[in-house]
Amino acid sequence: MSRTFLDASEIQRVISRIAHEILERNPDPKSLALVGIRTRGVFLAERIRAKIKEICSLEIPFGILDITLYRDDLSEVGVHPQVKETKIPFDLEDHTVVLVDDVLFTGRTIRAALNAIADFGRPRAVQLAVLVDRGHRELPIKADFVGKNIPTSRQERVLIHLQETDSKDEALILPEDREALS
Amino acid sequence: MTHSQWNRKDLIGLRDLKREEIELILDTAASFSEVSQRSVKKVPALRGKTVVNLFLEPSTRTRMSFEIAEKRLSADTIGMTGSASSMTKGESLRDTAQNIEALKVDLIVMRHPSSGAAYRLSQYTSKAVVNAGDGINEHPTQALIDIYTIREMKKDVKGLKIVYLGDILHSRVARSNIWGLTKLGANVVVCGPKTLIPKDIEELGVKVEFDPLKAVQEADAVTLLRIQLERQNESLFPSLREYADTYGMNEKMFQRAKPDAILMHPGPVNRGVEIESSLADSPRSVILKQVTNGIAVRMAVLYLLSGAPTHE
Repeated sequence: MSRTFLDASEIQRVISRIAHEILERNPDPKSLALVGIRTRGVFLAERIRAKIKEICSLEIPFGILDITLYRDDLSEVGVHPQVKETKIPFDLEDHTVVLVDDVLFTGRTIRAALNAIADFGRPRAVQLAVLVDRGHRELPIKADFVGKNIPTSRQERVLIHLQETDSKDEALILPEDREALS
Repeated sequence: MTHSQWNRKDLIGLRDLKREEIELILDTAASFSEVSQRSVKKVPALRGKTVVNLFLEPSTRTRMSFEIAEKRLSADTIGMTGSASSMTKGESLRDTAQNIEALKVDLIVMRHPSSGAAYRLSQYTSKAVVNAGDGINEHPTQALIDIYTIREMKKDVKGLKIVYLGDILHSRVARSNIWGLTKLGANVVVCGPKTLIPKDIEELGVKVEFDPLKAVQEADAVTLLRIQLERQNESLFPSLREYADTYGMNEKMFQRAKPDAILMHPGPVNRGVEIESSLADSPRSVILKQVTNGIAVRMAVLYLLSGAPTHE
């Protein structure tokens, strides 16, 4: 049985809080830039960006990152996953980049994203915002802004649904990932 | 946008591909086009893979384009050209394949003067083979580049009138484009001297027009093809000058095409023969765009092939 641990209104509050925390941590919001990791990180980043605009009427530069080509398991996954476009339409050099993803798990996606970012330039700093941190890190990576910490077992599955892709907002936990076990 | 997955070991020709597979390559290429605009023009997708470029026929553009694509994917590459190869010492394709396999190469890009050579090689090896032109048969990556460029300029190729003007008989580029474009729903017209139009080419679903002025009428895109003198043993037409007079593309002839029509050429261009020099440099010409797009399209092909299951 699946269990919802964040509903639509909670997700909204969490995003609003993260936006405030980002501004609190970065006294010079003009140097900020948001980069969403495909797929759902992009929509979360867009929402955080809208929230920041609401708070301090500032348009933060915005980018999209597809980390497929930077995965460390590309030679093992068999059929290569589809690559979608990466768009970083601003100069990283002068910015503090806030990477945004939905779930922080092993940390491998973030490792890949950091390598990708490095190929675009040298940002002043990189910070990480995630909606959910479910633990089980395999790399020394830690988020700066966490929507919710949720203790899980490795076998459990955390699913994030967002309006933009799944027509509703919710975060669920599923007892076990049968596909991953088989 | 859901896609079929890529499960082919090789890319031999567009004849073999389904529409969905062609679209998958083109969409993947669109994602790769951004890589060449970065400050570090490289992604680690093919790190640790080795690609051998076996070019047994003269080529500069295609070879450079493949090599750049491979390097931007972080693959290790080795090049071998016709004169340096043992194939000039009498080694067969089969032995070459086995030797390459023994060197633990992952992908082979081959250009060969004989039609069917790429397919042959693919049968001899479990490694991925990319056809970079085999005789007068196919040149699939060039056609994918052309179709990608048309899509970029016109959004969709479906229903467009696309004209190939010149030496159709010896053109593997035209052949690959015909296979690809007809699968995507374009109306393809071929035109050239009667001796340079293959018999029964209508069976591939194209229209034949011998009058270039009629062929170009209302076209959305016109591709000019070079007269491949190196492939002609007999005299198939009187002279290049006469060819240029009748079939050479000039401002006046191009005015018959649609106002937003584009001019294409797979290169190398013979200025003053198949195309008036000023026209090749005009804003209507997308010849250099084709060259640029070549890198993204070849990166997409190499990426998809290196992820496909090998048949070992």
